Amino acid sequence: MPKRTDIKRIMLIGSGPIVIGQACEFDYSGTQACKALAEEGYEVILINSNPATIMTDPEFALRTYIEPINAKMCEKIIRIEKPDALLPTIGGQTGLNTAMELADKGILAKYGVEMIGVTPAVIRKAEERELFKQAMQNIGLDLPISGFAHTVAEAEVVAAMIGRFPLIIRPSFTLGGTGGGIAYNRAEFLEICRTGLQASRNREILIEESLIGWKEYELEVMRDLHDNVVIICSIENIDPMGVHTGDSITVAPAQTLTDRCYQYMRDASIAVMREIGVETGGSNVQWAVDPKNGRMVIIEMNPRVSRSSALASKATGFPIAKFAAKLAVGYTLDEISNDITRKTPASFEPSIDYCVVKYPRFTFEKFPGTPDVLTTQMRSVGETMAIGRTFKEAWQKACRSLEIGRAGFGADGKDAIVRTPTGWLYRERGKPDVADAKAIDALIRTKLRTPNSQRMFFVRHALQFGYSINDIYELTGIDPWFVDNLQQLVEMEDDLRASAPNWSATQLRQAKQNGFSDRQLAWLAGTTEAAMRATRTQHGILPVYKLVDTCAAEFEAFTPYYYSTYDEGEDEARNSTRKKIMILGGGPNRIGQGIEFDYCCVHAAFALKAAGFETIMVNSNPETVSTDYDTSDKLYFEPLTLEDVLNIYEREQCDGVIVQFGGQTPLNLALALQRAGVTIIGTSPESIDRAEDRKLFQQMLKKLQLTQPPNDTVTNLDEACAAALHIGYPVLVRPSYVLGGRAMQIVYDEDELRHYMTEAVQASSERPVLIDKFIEDAVEVDVDCIADGTTAVIGGIMEHIEKAGIHSGDSACVMPPHSLSDQIVREIRRATYAMAKELDVRGLMNVQYAVRDATVYVLEVNPRASRTVPFVSKATGVPLAKLAARVMAGATLPELGFTSEPVIPYFCVKEAVLPFARFTGTDIELSPEMRSTGEVMGIDTDLGIAFAKTQFGAGVNLPFYGKLFVSVRDADKRYAVSLAKRLVAQGLQMVSTEGTARALRNSGVPVEEVHKISEGRPNILDLITNGEIKLIINTVSGHKARADEIVIRSTATAHNVPCITTISGAEAAIMGIEAIRARDGVNVCALQDYHAQAR
Amino acid sequence: MPTKTRQPALLALEDGTVFRGMAFGAQTEAGGEVVFNTSLTGYQEVITDPSYKGQMVVMTNPLIGNYGVNDADLESPRPQVEALIVREVSRIYSNYRATESLDDYLARHGVPGIEGIDTRMLTRHLREQGALRGVLSSSNTQADALVDKARALPPMAGSDFVKAVTCRAAYQWDPDDMLSAPWQDAYRARHAPVPLPPVAHHIVALDCGLKWNILRCLRRCGLRVTVVPAGTTAAAILAHKPAGVFLSNGPGDPAALPYVFDEVRALLGQVPIFGICLGHQMLGLAFGGTTFKLKFGHHGGNQPVKNLATGRVEITAQNHGFAVDADSLDPQAVSVTHLNLNDRTVEGLRHRTLPVFSVQYHPEAAPGPHDPAYLFQQFRTLIEQQ
Repeated sequence: MPKRTDIKRIMLIGSGPIVIGQACEFDYSGTQACKALAEEGYEVILINSNPATIMTDPEFALRTYIEPINAKMCEKIIRIEKPDALLPTIGGQTGLNTAMELADKGILAKYGVEMIGVTPAVIRKAEERELFKQAMQNIGLDLPISGFAHTVAEAEVVAAMIGRFPLIIRPSFTLGGTGGGIAYNRAEFLEICRTGLQASRNREILIEESLIGWKEYELEVMRDLHDNVVIICSIENIDPMGVHTGDSITVAPAQTLTDRCYQYMRDASIAVMREIGVETGGSNVQWAVDPKNGRMVIIEMNPRVSRSSALASKATGFPIAKFAAKLAVGYTLDEISNDITRKTPASFEPSIDYCVVKYPRFTFEKFPGTPDVLTTQMRSVGETMAIGRTFKEAWQKACRSLEIGRAGFGADGKDAIVRTPTGWLYRERGKPDVADAKAIDALIRTKLRTPNSQRMFFVRHALQFGYSINDIYELTGIDPWFVDNLQQLVEMEDDLRASAPNWSATQLRQAKQNGFSDRQLAWLAGTTEAAMRATRTQHGILPVYKLVDTCAAEFEAFTPYYYSTYDEGEDEARNSTRKKIMILGGGPNRIGQGIEFDYCCVHAAFALKAAGFETIMVNSNPETVSTDYDTSDKLYFEPLTLEDVLNIYEREQCDGVIVQFGGQTPLNLALALQRAGVTIIGTSPESIDRAEDRKLFQQMLKKLQLTQPPNDTVTNLDEACAAALHIGYPVLVRPSYVLGGRAMQIVYDEDELRHYMTEAVQASSERPVLIDKFIEDAVEVDVDCIADGTTAVIGGIMEHIEKAGIHSGDSACVMPPHSLSDQIVREIRRATYAMAKELDVRGLMNVQYAVRDATVYVLEVNPRASRTVPFVSKATGVPLAKLAARVMAGATLPELGFTSEPVIPYFCVKEAVLPFARFTGTDIELSPEMRSTGEVMGIDTDLGIAFAKTQFGAGVNLPFYGKLFVSVRDADKRYAVSLAKRLVAQGLQMVSTEGTARALRNSGVPVEEVHKISEGRPNILDLITNGEIKLIINTVSGHKARADEIVIRSTATAHNVPCITTISGAEAAIMGIEAIRARDGVNVCALQDYHAQAR
Repeated sequence: MPTKTRQPALLALEDGTVFRGMAFGAQTEAGGEVVFNTSLTGYQEVITDPSYKGQMVVMTNPLIGNYGVNDADLESPRPQVEALIVREVSRIYSNYRATESLDDYLARHGVPGIEGIDTRMLTRHLREQGALRGVLSSSNTQADALVDKARALPPMAGSDFVKAVTCRAAYQWDPDDMLSAPWQDAYRARHAPVPLPPVAHHIVALDCGLKWNILRCLRRCGLRVTVVPAGTTAAAILAHKPAGVFLSNGPGDPAALPYVFDEVRALLGQVPIFGICLGHQMLGLAFGGTTFKLKFGHHGGNQPVKNLATGRVEITAQNHGFAVDADSLDPQAVSVTHLNLNDRTVEGLRHRTLPVFSVQYHPEAAPGPHDPAYLFQQFRTLIEQQ
């Protein structure tokens, strides 16, 4: 069937801010969909509140709305844009849920918008567990024994019916298993049921038989309007059932299924597709298989593109989202040609001749209150993917791609359990060493039995301890085939160690074929990585590059998507004589380094490609647009380590490398790359170092006569105490060279400092600790600028909403600044330009300032792409990253036509989105340690409304009626009074505990006093739990949070009650409430229209 | 886990290309045409498929042997490939049905294997050069001598391997209904076992290298099957009074089998006929058409085939090195029913007036997708229409 001509305008809903369970894979799929639809001549109308996405670049849609994603906003857009159709399947669960709401509320019918790809009935059937269960029974599929509950009492009846623990609780209509869990006893069961019911959109939970320990699989399925169905990829989870698939280490293709079992799963997946009725597009079907007898049960299906389909696309080379968009407008699979082979159609099933390992990345260290235990609720913040010709090769590449400091699967001196001449020793930071073999053995058992982020490394220790494959299988449920492969690595390591360092060329090659990195080999041989590299190359042991081609080499492939392997054979990388620029990506997403940096890398690739360079992208993150095969001229899906990057650089004979766009990962490689003879283009690594090295930086500021807060660098406790005394408390302390404010803290006295220096960090001369005077009540300002060596132009100046002391990644900010005087802004400009010149910046530079009274303090300078580049670009319409890439490749700013700071006659607000709901037990108070996963943007001519839009976009419901709980520290009481007056004026009622209540009453603000937790019932927790409180304003009393405040805040988080922890944040919220009341709602406006107003 | 000491092994191709790896399976020497198979699963079915007689198979999936070998997934009594070529063979096997490792299974049956070579390079080489003759040896590692041996092997074109794999005498398939039930697993054992349908018709299957799953599929459609050897005459076949005749898959060059397709020609119009793979080629030749050798053939489980009657695409399992030339057929007599969407070769034929149809691909799968399984039922319907 040809494409439909009865529709012209198609609306797409993006997935909004990056949150756990819904990350940049939906920008990848959304961008593909936008491109595919535009290519077919459709007009795309897009809504997405996330400014850091490629899909929201104005050229990817006819009309782009950076607005909160909800039915109300969508209706406003539909009213203006009058789309003919809505494609709901590319924006993750957010897109799907919003589309459902539009359908349920009759909005689609009212405006004559047709849902394409899937219908509301299909979505309901797939997503509502009761309907789904019925549908699966209709086609004779086996399901776990289960029952639904809408109340806790119903839940208990179901539990009794199943009759044994553990039990799995899954709420309907939630993302990444929010609110679900595994209950091992009745108390846990009741608690999880309560949160699950709370989290579910329709107050429904499924309670089911535990399949813990069963093998888990996923099949990616595509179907067209002609009922052609193909399987794109099979994925096997190494972690068996019990761990959320997003948190599981997975392998493609499935490794331990016979053809009989696989085909049964394939048939069943196709039957599911047909029974659920997904007409077109991609879906994901999840299965569990009992390893003891092959019983196969269906877990769930997602009638949309998903994280797994992004992974499947990257694992096979088959662009699922792109084709899903084309199928939605009427094409059939056989009418679409396979981009990769060009000659064959999309109606086939990819075959792959390599092994893919996906390894999730966790950040439990940022949430110290939450134990490192993996359950059915997803907690990973990113993932890496590695490709090798064998599982072992891919596995080791994945381990080093994770960027957790490991050089591979052990053999790197980083083990927690080490063999010493006297026996085994277990080391954990901040704890005494354990030398008792029995205790270590018990620890290993625990770590194997209870899934956790470090489990695979404990599997390694278990193997070293002499556990058999079967022992490990019994403890973990990990298929013996995988354990045996890991065992082979341990054996090979032992062999290498035994004969080190006199390895034969054959031995060395074997080690490389098994994925051992030069760093691991160097450690085993007691030499340096550079020396090992030299030895290896002398032996002629070099990687070859092979193509990801969807067809296992059956047909010629045209897309240049490569991975390395040490197979002794053929290298398929195509040679060319064009000028080549390599762009290093950011690796797995983590807090502090996410989509914003990938956005910059993608822009660099686009800009340099357009300027005639051959662009070579290196990255290991399957969720990204940068690893789409048509983003750059060549894609190398490889770990971002010195070894792997150098190999590609040398193979490709690149003319230069861009390290400034991918965040800290490539920056950390810069000096070593340069030392190895690599040409780093743009700002020199020396300049980068000058900005990052405290001493050099201080000298520079002195020279430029700029002010910074008094500071010092210390290497031990005594130095720290002396320095802090000299500087004066409070001080900001942090380790040097960190990302996302890791372990950064404000300390108010020497006790706290002592605690920090002994528990939180290990200071040494190599790893000094930085101490800065903390400027209290200062306004923070972020500046992004571009310089070409002669000219420097500011891209945007952002004023933070929260006061200094909160990580810039976690604060809201406004552009242009709304409260700074012209004089201050002038001073900021002067300082920025002076530093850009002094550092000889070629490309991007980001500066953070603190402003107090009339003083501008320079906090830090980063001569590289910052997290705010996409936001500034969205605000002004100036593609900063593209311009910067061109500058780095030799163009000047005047040549590129960018010579003056953009001026915008509207306000843009960026707000951070925090994952606290996933990390119960951790205090949600904002701090210098960054913990947000994503951001949303709000644009409006009114600052209050722009801010309010970010709150709606972040899922925070600003209240317009009802009760607010206010409890602030003494210093904030006078602010609280004025804020409360404004809230009361808006018709809201105040609730407070004793101290704040008294302050409010004394100032004439009516207030309802409520018990503190310690004062008996009913207390504030009861009010929160009963849903009586619409908003909480709670600033920390003193510098240490009181235990009951933490309980209040975490209860609020659990019940989805917005909780503001700063006065400045509260002020912005009130401004938003007032503005919306005054304007009677909010309006929407397309980005293209805003940009037309920018100068 | 004890590791067997592996011997070096050599794979030499007729064009002088040599790959050095390690031996597994039997420590011996073997020769044949080297072809690649892109199936991700089902190595056991592949190696026991008699159509591979005379061929050495490269699995493009680099990791083979993971789930071992079991009794239920055999397609014939023994491995049929001359040798197996893989990137890495698993040293353990992990599956509740497995009874033996792939390594031991091949060794037990005297079939050699080689691992540790760049199978992707070999596959690309075969794609560019076409299927090549080769010799694999772990006993003789003199490259030049092996290349010479490879060149001395008879070419696939003109070779009759059917006589090596056909049954010696006629027999009844599964008279006790023990072997034909759909794949039963514990998940189903909880429910009542699925009974086979009662026998409705008796047919004869001409065995040119028959895969057992074809027989299982036929029985599941209510057809009782008498299997006869490839040299059986039309008269002898008809003497069984079959309601239909099935023509099986098999190895080698179809044009080298006049003793089969001449008899098939004699059956045309006498009885409903259904052919698969080589059986399809036999019909093509019987219709007066010709066959030709494909460059590297179709071997895998992901080939898209368009059913021209419905317009729908089936993902099919295929294993053939020769194809029927569409232009050689009389369009008045025979219509092309299925087309390969990758290279537009003929995938299905139907006689316009006689009750005869065939497909080039494998509806019985094993290994491969079940999309075209409907064809067996179609055969029964055709029988019942007569």
